[in-house]
Amino acid sequence: MSITTDSLPVAPRLAPALSVGWLGWVRANLFSSWLNSLVTIALAYFIVKYAIGFVDWAFVNAIWSVPNDAAGRPDTSSCRDNKGLGACWAVINEKHRFMLFGTYPYEQHWRPAVVCVLFVGLYIVSAMRRFWRMELALIWAAVLTVIAVLMWGGVLGMPYVPQERWGGLPITLILATFGLAFAFPLAILVALGRRSKLPAIKALCVLYVELIRGVPLISLLFMASVMFPLFLPEGMNIDKLLRAQIAIILFAGAYLAEVVRGGLQALSKGQYEAAEALGLSYWQKTGLIILPQALRLVIPPLVNTFIGFFKDTSLVLIIGIFDLLTAGKTAIIEPMWQGFAVEVYVTIGLIYFVFCFAMSQYSAKLESELNHGRRR
Amino acid sequence: MSDTAIDPRYGTKPPKRPLRLSWGDERVRGIVYQILVVGIVGSIAYWLFSNTMHNLEVRRIATGWGFLEREAGLPIAEFLIPYDPTDTYLRALQVGVLNTLKVAVIGIVLATILGTILGVLKLSKNWLVSRVVGAYIEIVRDLPLLLQLLFWYALLQGLPGPRQAIHPATGVFLSNRGLKLPFFEWEGPHNWALLLMLIGAVGTYFYRRAARAKQMADGQPRAIWPAATVMMLVVPLGAWYAMGAPFTPDIPALRGFNFQGGLTVSPEFFALLLGLTLYTAGFIAEIVRAGILSVSQGQWEAAEALGLPRGRVMNLVVLPQALRVIIPPMTSQFLNITKNSSLAVAIGYQDIVSIANTTLNQTGQAIEGIAIIMVVYLTISLSISLFMNWYNSKIALVER
Repeated sequence: MSITTDSLPVAPRLAPALSVGWLGWVRANLFSSWLNSLVTIALAYFIVKYAIGFVDWAFVNAIWSVPNDAAGRPDTSSCRDNKGLGACWAVINEKHRFMLFGTYPYEQHWRPAVVCVLFVGLYIVSAMRRFWRMELALIWAAVLTVIAVLMWGGVLGMPYVPQERWGGLPITLILATFGLAFAFPLAILVALGRRSKLPAIKALCVLYVELIRGVPLISLLFMASVMFPLFLPEGMNIDKLLRAQIAIILFAGAYLAEVVRGGLQALSKGQYEAAEALGLSYWQKTGLIILPQALRLVIPPLVNTFIGFFKDTSLVLIIGIFDLLTAGKTAIIEPMWQGFAVEVYVTIGLIYFVFCFAMSQYSAKLESELNHGRRR
Repeated sequence: MSDTAIDPRYGTKPPKRPLRLSWGDERVRGIVYQILVVGIVGSIAYWLFSNTMHNLEVRRIATGWGFLEREAGLPIAEFLIPYDPTDTYLRALQVGVLNTLKVAVIGIVLATILGTILGVLKLSKNWLVSRVVGAYIEIVRDLPLLLQLLFWYALLQGLPGPRQAIHPATGVFLSNRGLKLPFFEWEGPHNWALLLMLIGAVGTYFYRRAARAKQMADGQPRAIWPAATVMMLVVPLGAWYAMGAPFTPDIPALRGFNFQGGLTVSPEFFALLLGLTLYTAGFIAEIVRAGILSVSQGQWEAAEALGLPRGRVMNLVVLPQALRVIIPPMTSQFLNITKNSSLAVAIGYQDIVSIANTTLNQTGQAIEGIAIIMVVYLTISLSISLFMNWYNSKIALVER
């Protein structure tokens, strides 16, 4: 009898129910020890408590629109009574066009809207690896030209809109994107100059980079707003946005130059020597061998630096340029909307977050992909 | 002696070729390029300079540093050194520099502590903890600092007035006038006690060095804490006691429409410090996490195999190696806090940028005003870089 049972195939014993499946995961990751269980429970309690509080404030008790009073102006008394209990999204409802496009003529708002879409499209195309080649520079030039035409108008039946009327999200995107487009070539030149064997050129580049990186962006913006007019000959004047743009380009150039220099240094010496052995001139060597490899290496840190500039463009608020943050801050200056800053800042924060989060996720993904290729 | 074994051909430099005056000579080309570039940059600089001189003359803007001696007449809400609007511009600017340093130093300390804690927590095996910390880091890093500052400032301004102040503990009030904390009245003996404590800290440092040197000689570890306690606590407290042990608590209380007594943290300073700390802590957390991850698992295992307790594994093996990775990016974060403190101007905290800006608006001397801001920040940046480079070279790996 014992023989027959022994010869029967015996199914392997199952793993304990508590160590496999979702129960096992929960035990290993949330309740692995007494202390861990305690922390998990306490943290979960607070998360649920504050999440409920937030949902109450942002959705359940929120006021989405307010009626107009006799004078035809919005009557915000219901929002004021509700303060602390629920959000007043009516301010966004009322002011969203102003926050997004500033004082751009109302019936022409489709133009800055198209501009924003074009910018996003440009970012998406630039993010795709199949477009990483020389033609990308042409795409950038073309799209940026279309954007300038759309914003200014004056052709194709679009009325001319002076630059003083621009505002909101397009200004943020313009400052960041044009800043990158012009700072990038400058940064490459400076990075090459800093690694040059010619002492005078090297000294100039080191001076530029260290000077700019040693001072805050605000001081450069102040310089742009109060000192640039003094630099130019009498009668010649450039507008405030362009001056701020130049300051941002100079600032971004110094930081990007350090990123590019990192890529130049990471490239193995053999590449430089091999290019020289082929008898290539300096510019042939740099353009054909060094830069294509070095720039590919630094794309993830470049994206991270770009996220930084995207956030830093908000500093133009301090010199009174009408970007997204300034528009938001201006929207609540009217007495009836005063005191609803939190709602406005949360909304603007959401817009910044969507852009920056997408870029940072992209950068992280790219980094792991590029590393993956090298590790193999 | 091993030097002689090296191939002599590598030891000598190639003979220096005489300079040929021809485009084919690399060195001639180099000199021509340098002259060209320096010439272009120099002439642009000269053009800007001469334009500026001309404009200053046409617009009748005074130049020079004479204004520093004039009466400033600008009110400053917070100061570390005595200040009055009748003082000179120089004094006002000094107050501004000290205000910048105050927020930068406190911000660096707090952000380092919070960032380190968050960085370690992000590595927690508890899924919920690491996810919550991860979400925090992602959110603060993806929002502009200026927006965060304005947000905190708006929240602080939205707090109830002094009469309905939030009152979590005795003597602690949070209202739209800022944060009030209990303190005690600072008297002469407190200065002496503080001085003795600082001397004690220096003494402890040297004692520790001597103890380390002895341990290197005979292998016996020596406890440092008894000497440290005596030098840094017992002696200062004893001196304070000997001088009559003065202690008068100063607890803020509501009188009429405002608070009297206690320590005041103004809403502007509080919002700026909060924003800078929370923002930079997000970046420091990532740096700390990367630093700890950079120490390979084998180091932990090897140290544990030697029988070291877990705390000493961290102190003696992991941390010294992680620090090497952490210090350089941490330096740039410290520099960032200092530079970002200039955003104070947006919420009305009077740091050097804010005061220099007011000065240049009042006097019309833009160039001097901007120059002051830049020189101050360059000096601070350079000092932090030098100190951190010194520290970095001290802890760097000593190679053969």
